[in-house]
Amino acid sequence: MQRCVGWILIVMAFLSPLGLLTKGTAWGEWGSVDLQDMVGYIPQGMKKLAGIWQALFPDYNMNFLGEGLASEYAGYILSALVGSVLIYVVSMIFTKLLIHQKNSPVS
Amino acid sequence: MHIPDGYLSPSTCLTLGAVMLPIWYRASAKLKRTLDVTRIPLISMGAVFAFLIMMFNVPIPDGTTAHATGAILLAIVLGPWAAVIAMSVALVIQALVFGDGGILAIGANTFNMAFIAPFIGYAVYRLLSTQAVNGSRRQFFASAIAGYCGLNVAAMAAAIEFGLQPLLFKAADGTPLYCPYGFDVTIPAMMIAHLTVAGVVEGLVTAVALKFIISQSADLIMTSTETAKEGER
Repeated sequence: MQRCVGWILIVMAFLSPLGLLTKGTAWGEWGSVDLQDMVGYIPQGMKKLAGIWQALFPDYNMNFLGEGLASEYAGYILSALVGSVLIYVVSMIFTKLLIHQKNSPVS
Repeated sequence: MHIPDGYLSPSTCLTLGAVMLPIWYRASAKLKRTLDVTRIPLISMGAVFAFLIMMFNVPIPDGTTAHATGAILLAIVLGPWAAVIAMSVALVIQALVFGDGGILAIGANTFNMAFIAPFIGYAVYRLLSTQAVNGSRRQFFASAIAGYCGLNVAAMAAAIEFGLQPLLFKAADGTPLYCPYGFDVTIPAMMIAHLTVAGVVEGLVTAVALKFIISQSADLIMTSTETAKEGER
């Protein structure tokens, strides 16, 4: 069962560029520049907060892969794989710590 | 539904973060008490599934996009508290590594997608699947409707968070400081996207995946009578 789910997840990661076929942005997830075009100004508070965090791979782009559709798709798949591994490891560590606490007599 | 930084005021972010703290604590305590070691990989796989399904953007007729979350499926298969943890891990990595959803907005985004969506979905599923046998048609439809409702209530929560901003936070010149759209825009926009498309996708994903999991190993899913017994313990 777990092996089967593992394979499904890998297939999903490689199919993820299907999610790029639709071109728009999700409602309320526009960048400041897009919002400027839409409402004519960037809200002052937003200006301060929008750039507070620089993600490593913003919008699932792997910029080192270069420009173009193929790179965009490859970056998306790579993001899917990197993200999956990170999430798997982090949730594994977190749940293992919980179990460990439960089994240790100290807590 | 991943609210970026800048759309919500710091106080809104702080409030929702403060709401999430006891929820995360409760979820951890609950898992610590009830989690079986053999189910650890399942929770991690659930978190990965949620992350991946959120990458499949679907087009909305108004030109925007939306996506399913997997939150309701996780709630049904792993239980709602485990779903809180799995969804939160996925959302935090999305925000930190991929900039999908803000850092300050993590409280808001986890509130919507890691708390509201799984718990509403789970409640609807429990209500509709009472006495339903594993693999039955009723269970299939119960999970589909649960997925639909869970995602839509979460979208409504996001719409309210967005729409509150221009009411509460204005600059000296009267322009909105954060999200510039009020309820008259945010609620129709979020709800049309999720009622017509994303909710349907979430329902389908929930029901089909649940059916598949049951066909593979039915003992993974507790029927509602069993969960009720579990709750009494």
